[in-house]
Formats: sequence, C-alpha cells, structure tokens
Amino acid sequence: MLRYIIFAPLAGAAINWLIGRRVRNERFIGLVACGSVGISTVIGFYLAFKSNGALRSTQPVMDHLWTWIQVGDFRADFGLAMDRLSGIYVLFITFVGFLIHVFATGYMRGDTGYYRFFAYLNLFMFAMLTLILGDNFLLMFVGWEGVGLCSYLLIGYYLDKEEAAPAAKKAFVANRVGDWGFVMGILLLFWMTSGAGAPSISFFDKPGLTSALATVAHMAPESFALHMLWYGGITSIAILLFIGATGKSAQIPLYVWLPDAMAGPTPVSALIHAATMVTAGVYMLARCSAIFTRAPMAMFIVAIIGAATALFAATIGLAQNDIKKVLAYSTISQLGYMFLACGVGAFTAAIFHVMTHAFFKAQLFLGSGSVIHGMHHEQDMRRMGNLRKYMPITWLTMCCGWLAICGVPIWAGFFSKDEILWKVWVAGPFSIPAGAAKALWFVGIVTALLTAIYMTRLMVMTFWGKERFNSGHDAHGESHADDHHTVTPHESPWSMTIPLIVLAVLSTVGGLVGVPYAISSLAGGHPENYFEEVLAPAISTVPATQAAAGEPTKLHWQSPPPQEVDGKPAVAPVGEAPGAANSHETPNPQELNEERLLALVSVLIALSGIGIGWVMFQRKPLRAMPRLLENKYYVDEIYDATIIQPIEAGSREGLWKIIDVGAIDGILVHGPGEIVKRLARTLRYMQIGFVRGYAAIILAGALIIIGYFAYNGAHVLRFLVR
Amino acid sequence: MAPQLSWYLALSAVLFTIGVVGVMIKRNVISMFMCIELMLNAVNLTFVAFSSFFRDVTGQLFVFIVMTVAAAEAAVGLGIIIAIFRSRESLDVDDASTLKL
Repeated sequence: MLRYIIFAPLAGAAINWLIGRRVRNERFIGLVACGSVGISTVIGFYLAFKSNGALRSTQPVMDHLWTWIQVGDFRADFGLAMDRLSGIYVLFITFVGFLIHVFATGYMRGDTGYYRFFAYLNLFMFAMLTLILGDNFLLMFVGWEGVGLCSYLLIGYYLDKEEAAPAAKKAFVANRVGDWGFVMGILLLFWMTSGAGAPSISFFDKPGLTSALATVAHMAPESFALHMLWYGGITSIAILLFIGATGKSAQIPLYVWLPDAMAGPTPVSALIHAATMVTAGVYMLARCSAIFTRAPMAMFIVAIIGAATALFAATIGLAQNDIKKVLAYSTISQLGYMFLACGVGAFTAAIFHVMTHAFFKAQLFLGSGSVIHGMHHEQDMRRMGNLRKYMPITWLTMCCGWLAICGVPIWAGFFSKDEILWKVWVAGPFSIPAGAAKALWFVGIVTALLTAIYMTRLMVMTFWGKERFNSGHDAHGESHADDHHTVTPHESPWSMTIPLIVLAVLSTVGGLVGVPYAISSLAGGHPENYFEEVLAPAISTVPATQAAAGEPTKLHWQSPPPQEVDGKPAVAPVGEAPGAANSHETPNPQELNEERLLALVSVLIALSGIGIGWVMFQRKPLRAMPRLLENKYYVDEIYDATIIQPIEAGSREGLWKIIDVGAIDGILVHGPGEIVKRLARTLRYMQIGFVRGYAAIILAGALIIIGYFAYNGAHVLRFLVR
Repeated sequence: MAPQLSWYLALSAVLFTIGVVGVMIKRNVISMFMCIELMLNAVNLTFVAFSSFFRDVTGQLFVFIVMTVAAAEAAVGLGIIIAIFRSRESLDVDDASTLKL
C-alpha cells in the first residue's frame, strides 16, 4: 500500500512527460499532475490515521518491495516504512504539495513548458516521498539526490531567463558538497555498525537485519570534546551527516544556493525551496536522533550553526527588495531555528516547526506568486504598494502567513517558535555548556524580532502605502519600462486563491495540534502537547545525565508490540529510558511559570517587531537599507574570491596546464607515440631501397645465425632436430 | 690420393663466397643474377658431396629440386630484368631503388 504513495507521482510524471508533451492540453496535464499527488495524499492520510496506522501505533507501517543490494554484510532494501516521524512528513508534504500543484495549474497557465513543469514537479514529489519513506540510509540518499536533481531542473526551468541556469548549477554544486558529507557519514556508520557486530544501514529492525540506529543507541554517548569530531566515532558520523544537511537545508556555509534558487517558478519556490525539500535536512537529523544524542559535540555545533544561520539570514532578509528573496532568506532563517532546536535535542519542536513552517511559508510563497502573477511578473517590492485594493484575497491570506511567521499567538508559528525558544532556554548540560543555552536563546529572540520586522516590511511595501507600479521614474529595470505604465494588478483565478485560503487557514489553526501544556493548562484544555506526544516514540531523547549513559535510551522500533490497555491501543512509548525527559512528567509549576513568561516575552518581541516594522516602513517604504545587508554581506563575492577563483586557477594552471597537458598528454598520450616514432625513424633505414643493401642484411642475418651455432656448438642444433 | 670430402666442401665454400661477394659488389643486374646462380650451384655441390659421402640419395634429390627452382627463378628473374630495363633504360640495380616506376 505504501508503495502507491511514491509511485503515483512517478506515474504522473511519466504520463505527463510521454503523453502530455504530445497532447499539450493544459487541463489534461493539470489533472494528471494534481490527481497523482491527490492519490498519494489520500493514501498517506489513510495509512497514517487508520486504526493501526502509523500515527496511532508504535510499529511503523512497512512495505518491503525488494532487496536492492546485497553484497557481503551490506544490505540495502528498496523498502518503505512509515513511522510517526515519516508519517507526519508524508501528511504535510502530500497535502501542501497537492495544494501547490493546484496553485501551479493557475500560475503556469499559458507557459510553453507546461507539461515539462508538471512532469518535474511530480518527479519531485516521487523523490521527496522516497526520501521520507525510505527505510534505510541508501534509499533515503536516492530520494535525497532525486530531489536535488528535480530542484536543479526546476530552478533552471525558465530556459530563456539569464540567471536561471547559473542558479541551477550553483544549487547543484552546493548540494554536491553536502552530499559528500552524507555519503561519508553513511559509510562511516556502516563501518561502525560492522565493528559492533550488526552491519546495517537500516532505520528499522527487519527480518534478518538489525536497525543501525538501534545499534548506535546501545552505545555510550561520546564525550564533549572537539577532537571527537575526527575521532571516527559517533560524533564524526553525526557531523558528516550534518554537513549533508547543511547542503540540502541551506545552512551556513552552504546556504548560498537557496536565494539564487528563486530564479525558478514561484510554485517551485514554495514547494521545494520552502515547504518540503529544504526541510529534508531536519528530517534526517530527527531520524538520526539516536546518533546525534550520543554525539554532544556535534549537537553543539548543530545548535551554533542553526542559531548563526537564523540570525545571519534574518539580517540579510531585512534589506532585500525582491519579494521572493526576502522569503528565501526568511526560509533560511527559519531553517536555522529548526537546526537550533535539533541542536538542543528538541527534535519534536524542530519537526513541529517544520510542519507549521510548511504551512505558512508555502502560504507566503504562493501569496507572493499570486502577487507576481497579478503584477504581470514584477517581483520588485519597490514597484508595488497598496495591492490590498486590487488583490483582497491574496492580501487577507498573506496576512495570516505574516502573523504566523511573526509568532503572534493563535497563529501556527507562535506555538512552534515558542516551543523551540523554550527548549533552547532549558537546554540541558549534556550538549550545551552552561551559559551557552541562554546566549543561543538570545540569538533566537533577536532573530524573532528581525523576522517580525522584515516580514512587516514585506507586507507594508506590497500591500499598503502608495501605488508605485505606475510611476515610471525608477532607478533601474528599464527593460520593463514598456509594460510598466499599463500595469493594473488583478486578483488571481480561483485555482490560485483556493490553495491560498486553505493554507491560510492551516497557518492560522495548524499550530493548535502542538499547544504546550504551559499554555493549554491556562485555558483548562487538552492537558498535553498532542504533537509532541505523537512524535515522542520516534525520537531518541538526550540521555538526561551522563550517568544514564550506561543504560541507553531504547528506541521504539525495538519495543514490544503495543499492548492493549482497556481496549485502546497504547500510544505511550514503552521503552522510554528512566529519567529521559518526556511530556508525561508531572509539570513543575515553577517551570510552567517560566515557560509562560518566556512565551509572553516572545509575544511582546513579535508585536514590537511588527510595530517597529510598521513605523519604519509605513511612511517610507523605500527607506534605504544598509549596503552591507543589501549586498548579503558580500558572501557570494567572498566565496568567489576564496574558493571558486583558487579552484579555477588551480584547475587551469595546475590540473590543466601541468597535469593534463604535461603529464597525461605529454607522457601518457604522446609518450608511446614518440617512442614508436623514434624507433621507426631508426629502423626505416633498413628499407633503403637498394637491393644490395637487402642482400647485405640477409647475409648479416645468416652470419649471425651460423655464428651462433658455431659458437655454442652443435648440441644446440641437435636439440632442435630432436 | 683420392679426393676427400673436405676438398669438395672447400671448393663449394669458395664458390659460394665468390657468389656472395659478387652480389654485394656488382651493380649490374645480370652479373648479380649470375652470382646468385653461382651460390645455388655451390650449395648443389655440397649436397652431391655429402650424398656421395654418406651413401644417401636424398642429397641428389635436393639437387634436382634446386635446379628446378633455379630454372624457374631464372625465367622470372629475367622477366623482371627486362621489365626494369624497359622502364629505366638501365641495368644498374641502384637506379631501381624506389618502388615507383
């Protein structure tokens, strides 16, 4: 059953590629594309919520297709598994993906590559779902590469757009750097599990195969020391996997591809570069929580990189003028939050934020797509303004996304972001040194402030203020000057606004599945954080103290099958280690008050951010921003000067001129030719043409043979004759 | 004193050497041709001498084969010589040092 989730979009891609390109009927192509994703969505929801489905049982739903590779001890299956973690991912990926497909049918109307676009988009869904549902690292890597390929194809989708091809190339190359880390991590993990006597790269226990994660979970946590990074143990694996995640999820130092990726069509930006693909790194970290929780040094680095990325990208986002660029940096910043959460061991909070972020960021991106569509492909916010008059639905729905990302209560982003900040504040001494947690929290709260400011700036510049699209005295973009004077923004068709509305509703109420106890108890509502409770069994928690290290946390897939309690299936994790933090602890009133206080602080921060943004940009939407920020800290230029240029120079001067021309061409290719040529130049004098010369050679040969036998005696001859 | 085997062999060697040297130093095609005939017949002489010495008829059989081959070779060789002479107006082998006509 599980297989249909991934193969339906693949079939859709094949149909659109083979038949759609001939039919060229937009209705047919759109129907195939949306329908195939719709099938995945329905099956995904059914498998997640049926009575013994992935989200209601502690056992994953498995689907073993075939044993893919079996070499010695190494075994990789083409097998799918849907546990609580991948279940949640499948739910929002298929559902948000479906909405974005519907949106794209409107957005891409009239494009010559309509069939190509939807074939790629469906192929992306196939790859993404393979990534999520693969039950071992290698299959996950297949999906990982597949989404990278589709991302490349879709960034470079506009063949006539000058910046698209280099952007696609950049994304591909940056991801290759990350993939190196991922592959090395997998190899090292296999090597280590082999050493432990259970060679495996599987996530789950299967017949004849032990889960690699369970093997790692039985190992003692490594010490918190820098040299553990290259020790070759769990910490090294964790950091290599994290390098892979930085590539895919656009973290420092490999984030540079994501802003450029905005060259692709806007639905692609929404689906791939905001809602789903870029969160694959977070998924991988959560999936490998058993590895990361035993590698405190790696956790610490993840937290630092996450916090740094969040702050860094938020500051750049303040000064961008392209509506999609702002959202791109916002995405990087929010991903930084997720990694910060992973780094302090709050994997559930990270996944929660992934989900809410998928809702509100997809909403914002689609909203920006609607704006761009309504503005006749104008992306510069300096040429917008007062669009709420022309596009009321887009405006209202985007307000939901805006309030959600700013972290205003009730809206989804508030709960997830607040959860992360709280988990950072209380981060234990296991992976985060004392004091660092508070510093990271401070970075997080500053980022929250900046987020509110730049999002308010985006909204104000786009939807409020004076209409600037018909005033033709801009400093740049002369090429647009012609259609510039005739622009009349219009509201988008229903195929675009309905996804916007659905996502706006989700951005508004989607966070209610994860209301923390500290807040829900105020209203006397649901006593537990439902989201965390669902996800907890799939996540390996940080051993509470070093003392608990001797008795490692058990993971749910080693647990006995769920026992029936009063006729209801038990959802509580059976094998949770003693002392490991979980939501079932009796809440400490003092801690609860602290959490409420922090929530209040973040609400105030969000509101003041919105206030600052409003005051700063309502009157002067075109306020000049610092050049350093506008130029993205010159990171692209620095990379160009320090990495790309030296590599190019080294390749040109060293690899090409010395190694290739000198060694390969000079010695290996021309060498044998030269030897033959010289030999021939000598030997050709034998073929001089004078008959007497030949006679002399024959004579000389005869003399040599006779001389040989005369010198060595007749016994040689006798030997020959015999 | 009855003739010894070594006498025949010595004579044969002398004739053969004269033939070899003639091929090497002569430029005239016909002279070279005759020197080759001389070498063949020097070898024939050894065959006959050994045949008589070992009382074995095989050597004489070889002589006949050599003579047959020599006759055929003479026919072909003279044909070539005439062809060369026709094209080059010369019997000097050094004039025929290229494969082209």
